[in-house]
Amino acid sequence: MIKILDLKKSFGKEEVLNGLNLTIQDGEITVILGRSGAGKSVLLKHIIGLTKPDDGKIFVNGDEITSMTEKELNRIRVDFGMLFQEGALFDSLSVWENVAFPLVEREHLPKAEIRTRVAKKIDQVELTGMDDKMPSELSGGMKKRVGLARALVTDPKIVLFDEPTSGLDPITENSITDLILKTHEIEKITYVIISHNIKFALAVADKIAMLHKGKIYAEGTPAQFQKSRDPLISGYVSGNLNEIMHG
Amino acid sequence: MFRVPSLVLDWISEKVLHFGRITLLFLDAVRWAVRPPYRIMNILRQMDFVGTKSLSIIITTGAFTGMVLALHGYLTFRHFNAESLVGATVAVGMAREMGPVIAAIMVVGRVGSAMAAEIGTMRITEQIDALTSMSINPVQYLVVPRIIAGITMMPILASLFSLAGFIASYFISVAVLHISGGDFIYHVHDLLEMNDYTNGLIKSVFFGFFLTLIGCYYGYYATGGAEGIGKATTRAVVVASVTVIVSDYILSAMMFK
Ligand SMILES: Nc1ncnc2c1ncn2[C@@H]1O[C@H](COP(=O)(O)OP(=O)(O)OP(=O)(O)O)[C@@H](O)[C@H]1O
Ligand SMILES: [Mg+2]
Repeated sequence: MIKILDLKKSFGKEEVLNGLNLTIQDGEITVILGRSGAGKSVLLKHIIGLTKPDDGKIFVNGDEITSMTEKELNRIRVDFGMLFQEGALFDSLSVWENVAFPLVEREHLPKAEIRTRVAKKIDQVELTGMDDKMPSELSGGMKKRVGLARALVTDPKIVLFDEPTSGLDPITENSITDLILKTHEIEKITYVIISHNIKFALAVADKIAMLHKGKIYAEGTPAQFQKSRDPLISGYVSGNLNEIMHG
Repeated sequence: MFRVPSLVLDWISEKVLHFGRITLLFLDAVRWAVRPPYRIMNILRQMDFVGTKSLSIIITTGAFTGMVLALHGYLTFRHFNAESLVGATVAVGMAREMGPVIAAIMVVGRVGSAMAAEIGTMRITEQIDALTSMSINPVQYLVVPRIIAGITMMPILASLFSLAGFIASYFISVAVLHISGGDFIYHVHDLLEMNDYTNGLIKSVFFGFFLTLIGCYYGYYATGGAEGIGKATTRAVVVASVTVIVSDYILSAMMFK
């Protein structure tokens, strides 16, 4: 379980998070919605200790991580996988090397096992045959899928996805949605997914949390979100941007 | 009226901030250097980049530096009929100063800038965050191998620079300036001391350390997109060059009494 208590973070004068509370249950898919610039990526980086909050606490399975040293954090991070919004692929490494990276550098697995696991993940994100391509030779959507394979290759217990489906065509988007649901069914991993895509959120989420003005404005199941009379939520669900802009 | 003092204060506080952060990065690098895992392949790759790939530029600039020193030495010593001292001046000058300093400045331009740009790009495109998210310490993975490559390869490069310069000056002296080869070598033997060479080597260890640490530092703290990387690269080159020249004086004053 991940428990976020009263999280505050400003950059200069800009308050991005001001007292955010959120509990993420084990084995569930939690989708975080929010407008561009709301602080979704910042929130995600706090959960894995990449950013230190100004105030507040984050508990990961009971361990308070905001006061941990890098060395202690590295022990916690072993359970995590993370997909970055822009992929964050290592641009000096090929597709295969990127996906294999955490297995080679951290898990120190035997070569044969690395090869099978990497091949399987590259297959699942539909990039078969792209092993030797460099990141600079890939499209945005392909980079995203390599990032996805790299995030999942270690079989993490908690995966943080920053917009897994943005920049994909509808067909690939569906297959990525399927992949996320399928891997989740097999393992019951904890997924935290940032998305702009309400259709995707309603399809995959066990719980949706909506980030607005530095706080979690609302949380609930997809059904609760669809039924909500709250103008901000219903505006979001129906894609009525006017409500969201002025809400 | 108070503008000037406040500008000065800003300037000082900015320098102090840089100095503090660079010291912290250095201490962090030391701490992570002694912890396993030791990534030998990363170190070798950086040694290849810093060392092997600098060979041609170092040998070329070394040779021409030696030649121009021989030429000027000849033009001066000629007045005292002491042309044969050219070899000794070149050898001592190369071993003590020219080798370590000019080789370091060449490597700053090639390697310090590349390190700032590469690590800066990794910072801005979140590759450094990605490393961290995989429990791989970016200082250990990126900075430590580069500093090790700097302090091991720089003395070798400086030696090769001096050697190339010495050989080139010999050929210029004997073939073009018609100095006796025997006298040339005799005076080198007479005047060049082991100390000149080892002190030069020690200085280049420091230079290799400074230029890689500074290159990594400006990349590691880069912000603000492509423009930020450009700034980081320029600053790394300027600060590393100045550091080499200033520390050269301080180290020399301590060594050659
Ligand atoms: N390192 C940083 N330095 C300064 N400001 C930052 C930094 N990171 C984020 N911000 C600011 O915090 C705010 C939230 O950014 P964040 O990236 O979390 O938005 P987001 O919700 O992920 O948006 P999007 O959907 O567009 O990705 C933005 O206004 C951004 O300018
Ligand atoms: Mg974002």
